[in-house]
Amino acid sequence: MLKDATAIVGIGQTAFAKQLPETEKTLACRAILAALDDAGIDPSEVDGFASYTMEETDEVEVAKAIGAGDVTFFSKVGFGGGGSCATVGHLAAAVATGQASVGVAWRSRKRGSGPRPWKNTAVQLPTPGQWTRPFGLLRPADEIGMLARRYMHEYGATRDHLFNVALACRNRANQNPAAIMYERPLTREMYMTSRWISEPLCLFDNCLETDGALACVIVSAERARDCRQKPVYVHSAAQGLPAQHHGMVNYWNDDPLSGPAWTAARHLWKQADFGPQDVDVAQIYDAFTPLVPLSLEGYGFCERGEGAAFTEGGALEIGGRLPLNTGGGGLSEAYVHGFNLINEGVKQLRGTSTAQVPDAATCLVTAGEGVPTSAILLRS
Amino acid sequence: MLTPVTDEDGAPFWEYAAQGELRVQSCADCGELRFPPRPCCPHCHSFASEWRPMSGRGRIWSYVLPHPPLLPEYAAQAPYNAVIVELAEAPRIRLVGNVVAAPDAPLNSVDPSRLRIGAPVRVSFAEIDGVVVPRWLLERG
Repeated sequence: MLKDATAIVGIGQTAFAKQLPETEKTLACRAILAALDDAGIDPSEVDGFASYTMEETDEVEVAKAIGAGDVTFFSKVGFGGGGSCATVGHLAAAVATGQASVGVAWRSRKRGSGPRPWKNTAVQLPTPGQWTRPFGLLRPADEIGMLARRYMHEYGATRDHLFNVALACRNRANQNPAAIMYERPLTREMYMTSRWISEPLCLFDNCLETDGALACVIVSAERARDCRQKPVYVHSAAQGLPAQHHGMVNYWNDDPLSGPAWTAARHLWKQADFGPQDVDVAQIYDAFTPLVPLSLEGYGFCERGEGAAFTEGGALEIGGRLPLNTGGGGLSEAYVHGFNLINEGVKQLRGTSTAQVPDAATCLVTAGEGVPTSAILLRS
Repeated sequence: MLTPVTDEDGAPFWEYAAQGELRVQSCADCGELRFPPRPCCPHCHSFASEWRPMSGRGRIWSYVLPHPPLLPEYAAQAPYNAVIVELAEAPRIRLVGNVVAAPDAPLNSVDPSRLRIGAPVRVSFAEIDGVVVPRWLLERG
């Protein structure tokens, strides 16, 4: 069984910035070595790696740079930000089944100073771009904007609901000195008068573009008890690729608004000893604000169509029903394809977050909704 | 403007479009329509397929109005509309496209305030950089 068999015992990160001078590879090594140091584990003991696509640095480069020993497990999960939590899931499975003993998952990214992926029009998408790109549906914001407008139309969601998401993330970033938006408060007026990116989505509905890297270390629960930090157990892990799903352009099935979150959630909760009502704090993938109400529905925090209304009354703030993205998330801390959400989940359960939820003992972390996705439940 | 980078599964769609026809792949055995096109039928697993003519009528399912930063030829027309049209015969087959004032008119030729989810549209075709692509006209023009 996977349940509580492994734990995250080390986390590490670089600075986050619009532009960092070091290479993606160097940043990856810094984050990984920081995570191992946090765990009190020598790099020569690492024998498992997991990463996800749109990462330039591979296992060979990382392993030889940090001085890993013989590596017996390595996996790379597809679909960019949908794979973040799957790295933890894969390493938990590998460690629980004896294929590795010290697993490292990482993400390094130069999105702030690097090229925008959508400018490469020759790239092969999960669903071929011939059906979308000639018509000017070019960027992820355009693709998700389509689902957002339909969602708003069907359920009466408004821009104020999307603002609630952006504000909660910004408020937490304002408490987090490592966040890019640490000193930049957001107001409703700023949100409502900001420039459009793809109507109905404005600037503040979009994540940041960031340079930075993060990593975490996973070992067996038994070994975790001897590590330097309080163990954070991997309670449940799931991936989700729903029937007839099409990636970011999930327009061609009976119900485009029930995405991969629903599939991952069913498996996640089936393995767990607790349910959505028992989650103390959530780190929900927020490349775009509408992904949060869609995910709240998918992961069972409310019924279908109620995700927008769920955000009302400060529900996502500290002290609310479900404190969200307590480091600031992809919208306001850093957009590192969701790996900062994993590390923030660990911080909450250690009790060391800059926006600590009192006595947090359970945390949901999700990966990119709108693409084949993954999620984990962490507990202390 | 970007022209379609076709693959073997999708090529017939564009070949029919070049003849001014909107056709969708369907299973030659069980008759189920499928989009995007693919090698076999997810319902009956037959590899036999045909391309069935559509009426060219549909409704707007959703739309966005992209603003820069965009690729230069799109930025020049921004804000323009990109829409999803659900086909009258098969509402879960939804084509991405653009609503324009006339077949050859630019992507920004319709005032965005005239776009509504549910608005009826009909297909037309336009040649863009040597490739024929579907365009959509509001039925209540």
